[in-house]
Amino acid sequence: MKRLIDTTLPWLALITLGLLTGCASKPYDYTNYRACPPRSILVLPPLNNTTDMGATYGYLSTVSFPIAERGYYVFPVAVVDQVMKENGLPTAGEMQQVSLQKIHEIIGANAVLYTTITQYGSKYQVLSSTTMVAAEGRLVDVKTGTVLWVGKVNLSQGTSSGNLLVDLVATPFEQAINQSTDQAHGLCVGANAVLFNTKDHGLLTGPYFPQDQKP
Amino acid sequence: MKLLSTGRWLGGLALLLAGCQSPKTIYYWGHYEPVVYAQYQPGKNQPEKLSALLEQDEQKAASKNQPLPPGFHAQLGYLYAQEGKSDLARQQYLLEKQQFPESAVFMDRFLNIKTNGVPLVSTNTATKNETTH
Repeated sequence: MKRLIDTTLPWLALITLGLLTGCASKPYDYTNYRACPPRSILVLPPLNNTTDMGATYGYLSTVSFPIAERGYYVFPVAVVDQVMKENGLPTAGEMQQVSLQKIHEIIGANAVLYTTITQYGSKYQVLSSTTMVAAEGRLVDVKTGTVLWVGKVNLSQGTSSGNLLVDLVATPFEQAINQSTDQAHGLCVGANAVLFNTKDHGLLTGPYFPQDQKP
Repeated sequence: MKLLSTGRWLGGLALLLAGCQSPKTIYYWGHYEPVVYAQYQPGKNQPEKLSALLEQDEQKAASKNQPLPPGFHAQLGYLYAQEGKSDLARQQYLLEKQQFPESAVFMDRFLNIKTNGVPLVSTNTATKNETTH
């Protein structure tokens, strides 16, 4: 049964991904982005519009990888978060209110990525459970305040195996061993990959992206 | 990490769908993001243990001849500072600056090179320990 779950999972995610990209609107207009391409991006802790307290750092701890691999310098997210807290900014809301001028002086970033998490966690039904992560981001040029890019992602992953008997036994146990925050945390990796890498909707490649692999 | 394996599979898939060629990464990531996450989990924010993991990564990356990611050295430096190892911390901040010139303004704050006369971070490691969560 575990094998079935392992093969079902990626396909469910793939279908969701397909629906996402299939239903996507026209390609993003990168005019502003190409006019002020950043070398470095400051990713501030996300606004958490969910009821799950784990969303903030579950999400933040998966955001550096895709953006750095896209070729940008990404400031150390935990260091930035803790330094801001030490300097009188205890919440993501307050951090995201810091002026671009101050960010320029103190951090020296070319662009800031403001993110919001709108869904995070797992829903448990009788025969199955679904984990969802939804987030949106806005990339702003520090010098001019121009919005360079916006994007959003909504990813869900189901764990129904399709076998009635096994599910009746499996779901409570799954619930016991898989805390919903951990499942959603793992799903953030995929969600961020989709958010930043989807063709015509994600980030353009940055200065550190290998030249021989540029799409 | 087992926790992230499905997510990485999906991430790899997303990269392929996006038309990117290779699943190889630019950087050696090691424990970096798990260390970020652990700092916010009750009972897991232990600078000594976390910095030890990043030290392992430094060696692994060197042996694979792969660079460490943006922020890695700064993160390790910040953990060293919390442990009171200020010389090691300074070394890491300098490494970050060397590897990524984009980090210079921010790293100079930690190195106490005052730019625009605006100091940001305290070098008082005792204070850092008190405010560590």
